[in-house]
Amino acid sequence: MTRVLDIQALSKGFSLHHLGQDIAAFDAISFSLDAGEFVLIKGINGAGKSTLLRTIYRSYLPRGGAVVFHSAHGPIDLARAADVDIAHLRRTEIGFVTQFLNARPRVSAEALVAEPLRLAGESADAALHTARGWLSTFGVKEELWQAYPSTFSGGEQQKVNLARALILPRKLILLDEPTASLDAGARAALVARLAELKENGAAMLGVFHHPGDVADLIDRVIDLTPDAAPEEDREDVAV
Amino acid sequence: MTTMTLEPPRLVRTKPLLEIRDVSRSYGEVRALHKVSATAYPGEVLGIVGESGSGKSTLLRMMNLEELPDSGSYHLDLPDTPGDLFELDRFARRMLCATRIGIVYQNPHLGLLMKHSSSGNVAERLLIAGERRFGVLREKAREALSASEFPLERLDAPPIELSGGMQQRVQLAKAIALEPALLLLDEPTTGLDVSVQALLLDTLKRLQQERKITMVIVSHDLGVIRTLADRVMVMRRGEVVEVGLADQVFQDPQHPYTQQLVHAKL
Repeated sequence: MTRVLDIQALSKGFSLHHLGQDIAAFDAISFSLDAGEFVLIKGINGAGKSTLLRTIYRSYLPRGGAVVFHSAHGPIDLARAADVDIAHLRRTEIGFVTQFLNARPRVSAEALVAEPLRLAGESADAALHTARGWLSTFGVKEELWQAYPSTFSGGEQQKVNLARALILPRKLILLDEPTASLDAGARAALVARLAELKENGAAMLGVFHHPGDVADLIDRVIDLTPDAAPEEDREDVAV
Repeated sequence: MTTMTLEPPRLVRTKPLLEIRDVSRSYGEVRALHKVSATAYPGEVLGIVGESGSGKSTLLRMMNLEELPDSGSYHLDLPDTPGDLFELDRFARRMLCATRIGIVYQNPHLGLLMKHSSSGNVAERLLIAGERRFGVLREKAREALSASEFPLERLDAPPIELSGGMQQRVQLAKAIALEPALLLLDEPTTGLDVSVQALLLDTLKRLQQERKITMVIVSHDLGVIRTLADRVMVMRRGEVVEVGLADQVFQDPQHPYTQQLVHAKL
């Protein structure tokens, strides 16, 4: 198996200066992830599941440890990599999928979805064509494609977000509850797309409210609940 | 429990387009800037936030070579522009500034001749750079105004007759007319109403994506910075207190001042 991620003794906490408080999120987590592997992170509320994903993505700054990502340019520690290198990896190799859309004023749904392709160098027409395909796959009604998603319902926004976040293949995909509040059709489309990306070698690390949604994809489970066994093979995925 | 120090870039091999090192400036007793360093990579948008008096606008004026520091250096990675730009003579500074750097001020009166035509304002930039053919001046001004999404039927209207949002578009057209390597934006949307602000932000984002133009934007509006910036630098009392990826600075601010700033956002 090709290694994609090696997490070594990763720690994260938050200093709230105005309260003089220090909140620990998780301490000395270690595990690794191979190409084509799908790992579920579970744990009670507040165990640090989303925090772990954001720390790997570097939306949060780690306190200690290493996040070695085996990029196309060789291994690089995401915990210490320069900001511009992280920005580069986010454009090319590492994806983050949430349930929330970052709508921008006066940018249509189809333009938002096409943007990652255009930035990766595809022609505007080809990018738009592919984007419309994905909007359709995720069940966004055609009348909405040219509208501005800031006024869409939560569910429709989420579909636009999924189309945008999963339009480009990535080596590592971080999933923060992407199935929450999706209708059945969109959920099936999402699971199918994840299966396809996994088949093509993407490594995935995800937090799911209802892991049953992705039961067939899960290879391993990591439990962040304090005092839980650090890692278990997947037998049943009920949380 | 301190934050870990980051490594120098390894994957991004290009040199920064803009590099400011250890810039200090005092006005009498007042320390406006103290050992401020900043970098911006080609095509990157650097956001600078901080309250009034933090030194962010002074720093931007220095990037535009309008003002010189007491100490420190400034490099732009451009052909024919070697060495410390602060050491250039006044004429060379003005020429560089007119041809390679564009700026949009919060106050359009600073950037525009309010009673001359809008197209004339844009063409003036080209005249300074040596263009003398009337047809070319007119055409290039038109192109720049069109790229800034300025309504072309108002090409000859003087800025004084235009709305605030339109005045900013004329400034923007003037700034990009010569395809500058660096675009500086000083509170470009402050004072505009929300819908006009959204339109201008969208234009800026589009220009940035299409032209891969390197931008430095100063604003006290965190929403504006969040929409445009790749990286954010937080200033307070003339010093840089924090630099990081925009989402990191907003979601996991490290410095007490940044935490206060982020939590104060509506």
